[in-house]
Amino acid sequence: MTATAAPPTASGARRARWRAAVVGWAFLAPLLVLNLLVVLGPSVATVYYSFTDWSGLGPATFIGLDNYVTAFGDAKVHQALLHNLVWFVLFLTVPMAMGLLGAYLLSQVRRFQMLFRALYFIPYVVASVVNAAVWKMLLSPTSGIAHQFGVDQSWLGDTSTSLLSVNFVVDWHWWGFLAVIFLSAMQGVDPALYDAAKVDGASRWQQYRNVTLPGIRPTMVFIVLMTVIWSLKAFDYIFIMTQGGPAGSSEVVSTLMYKQAFNEYSAGYAAALGLSMTLVTAVILAVYQWMRKKGWEDE
Amino acid sequence: MTATTVDRPAPAGVAPTGSGRGRRRVRLSGGTHYLVLIVLALFAIGPLVAVLFNAFKNNAEIGSNPLAPPTSFSLDNFVDAWTRGDFATTMRNSLIICLGSVLGTCLVAGLASFALSQLRVPGGGAVVAYLFLGSALPVQLFLVPLFFLWTQLHLTDNLFGLIVIYWATDAPFATLLLRSFLLKIPKDFTEAARLDGASSLQIAWRVVLPLAWPGFLTVALIVALWSWNEFFWAITFIHTPELRPVSTSFLAFQDQYSTDWGLTSAAAIFMLGPVVLLFLVLQRKFVSGLTSGGIK
Repeated sequence: MTATAAPPTASGARRARWRAAVVGWAFLAPLLVLNLLVVLGPSVATVYYSFTDWSGLGPATFIGLDNYVTAFGDAKVHQALLHNLVWFVLFLTVPMAMGLLGAYLLSQVRRFQMLFRALYFIPYVVASVVNAAVWKMLLSPTSGIAHQFGVDQSWLGDTSTSLLSVNFVVDWHWWGFLAVIFLSAMQGVDPALYDAAKVDGASRWQQYRNVTLPGIRPTMVFIVLMTVIWSLKAFDYIFIMTQGGPAGSSEVVSTLMYKQAFNEYSAGYAAALGLSMTLVTAVILAVYQWMRKKGWEDE
Repeated sequence: MTATTVDRPAPAGVAPTGSGRGRRRVRLSGGTHYLVLIVLALFAIGPLVAVLFNAFKNNAEIGSNPLAPPTSFSLDNFVDAWTRGDFATTMRNSLIICLGSVLGTCLVAGLASFALSQLRVPGGGAVVAYLFLGSALPVQLFLVPLFFLWTQLHLTDNLFGLIVIYWATDAPFATLLLRSFLLKIPKDFTEAARLDGASSLQIAWRVVLPLAWPGFLTVALIVALWSWNEFFWAITFIHTPELRPVSTSFLAFQDQYSTDWGLTSAAAIFMLGPVVLLFLVLQRKFVSGLTSGGIK
C-alpha cells in the first residue's frame, strides 16, 4: 500500500515499525554474524562434507552415502556407542542419586548450609585438566589411594576398568552441581504443601516422596534430558585421562570422531559421525518437546 | 532408604539448644544429617586437599604417604613448576584470552540481549529459540569445517582466533542470561528516555547498562571461568607452546612429569588456586550464573 492510500498516521506508524525492526536487527547482527561464521556455517558445511572423502585440508570428493555405510558396519563405532550407553546409565544414576541425597540433607539443616553448598560445588569450577590430573594421581597403581590399601589395580590402564574409572571422576566433579540445582528447586516447593502433609500425618520419607520429588519434577526431567545430551557429547575427561584407551576400552563416539578427523585425516568420515550424533540429539529433543506438549512434565 | 535412619533421633547435640519448639525434631536428627553432609564434603574436596598437601611435599614423602598433610612446608615444587611449566608465558596468554573473551562476549551479548528484551524485534522469538537449541548442538558438528576455515584465515595458532571462537560459543548463553536480567527492567524507563529523544544506542548505554551491571558481572565471571578452564578448543587450535593457555600447557606439563606428583600438584595449584579463591569470594554470583547456564 502506498502512503496516499493509507492515512498519514498509519504510514508513519508503519515507517516507525520498519525503523524499529532495522535497529533491532542491527543490535542482533554481531551475535548472528559470529554464530554464522563459527557455528552455523561450518555446521552446514559438515552436512556436505559427510558425503565426501575428505582429508580435512585438500579438495573433497563426493562419495554419496559411503561414510554412513562404513559407520554402520564399523565395529569401532559399535563399541563406542555401547560405551556411550554405559556412560549414560552411570552418569544418569550415580550423580543424580548423590545430588538428590546432598540436596535433601542440605534442605534439612540450617547452619553451614552455604558452606557445604560451596564445598560441593568446588569440583565443578575446577578445570577438567586439573581434576583429571588429581585423579590420575589418586588412581595410580603405584601410589594412589587403593595402593595404600594393598590393591595395585591400574584403574585407568586396565581395559576392564578404564571406562568406569573415568566415569567415576566425571561423576565426582558433577554431583555437587546437581545437588545445588536440586536444592534450589526444593527451596522453591510451596511450604504449605509440607504443612498439609504434616497435618495428614505423613512421615519424613512420605513427605519426601509425595511432596519434594513431585515438586522438583520439572527440574529432574530437564536434568535427565540434558544428561542424555551430555552423555552423547562426553569427551573432555576421556580424552585427557585415557585417550579412549587402552585398546579402545574407553572410546566413545566423540573421541573416535576427533581421532578420525585429526589423527587419521578422515575428515569426511568424522563429519558423518558428527552429523549422526547431532541427529540423535535432535530426535531426543523432539521427543522431549512432544512429551512436554502432552503435559507429561507438569501432569 | 536413608529416611529410616534420618527419622531416628541422633544422640549428638550438634546445635545449641535454642528457641523454637517446632524445630525440635530437626535438631535431634541433625547429627546424622551433618555426619553425612561432612562425608560428602570430604568426598568432594578431599582429592583437591590432597593435591594441596602434595604440592608441599617431596616425592619420597608423597610415595610413603600420599594423602597425609605435609610435615614441612617446602616451596621448591612451586618454584620448579613455575619455571619448568613456563607459567609466566602461559598465564599471560590465559589472561589475554580471558580478558578478550569477557569484553567481546559482554559487548556482543549486551547488544543482542538489549534488542531481545527492550526493543520490539520481529522474529526475536525465533532468535531466542535458536539460541536455546544451539547450545544443545554437539561441537563435533562444526569442529572439522571450522578448523579448515580457521586454517584458511590463518586464525589457528592465534590467540585472537581462539578468542573469536569463545565469543561465538559463549555469546548464546550470555545473551540468554543477560536477557533474563534486562527483562526485569521496567519498560517505562526506556519509554521515558525515548520520549526525551534518546536513540536506542543511547538508551542501551545510559539507561539499561547502569541498571544491568550485576548481570554483566555474572556473565563476565562465568565467561572468564570458562575461558580459563577451557581445553578442547585450545588444544585443537593452538599448537605452538609459546601461545598455549594454562589449561593445555598444564596438560603437556603433566604428561611430561607424569610421575613427579609434587611438581604436577604445584602446577595444579597454580591453575585451580585463583579459580577456587574467586569462587569462595563471589560464591552467589558463580552459582546463580552457572546453574542458569546449565539449566537454561
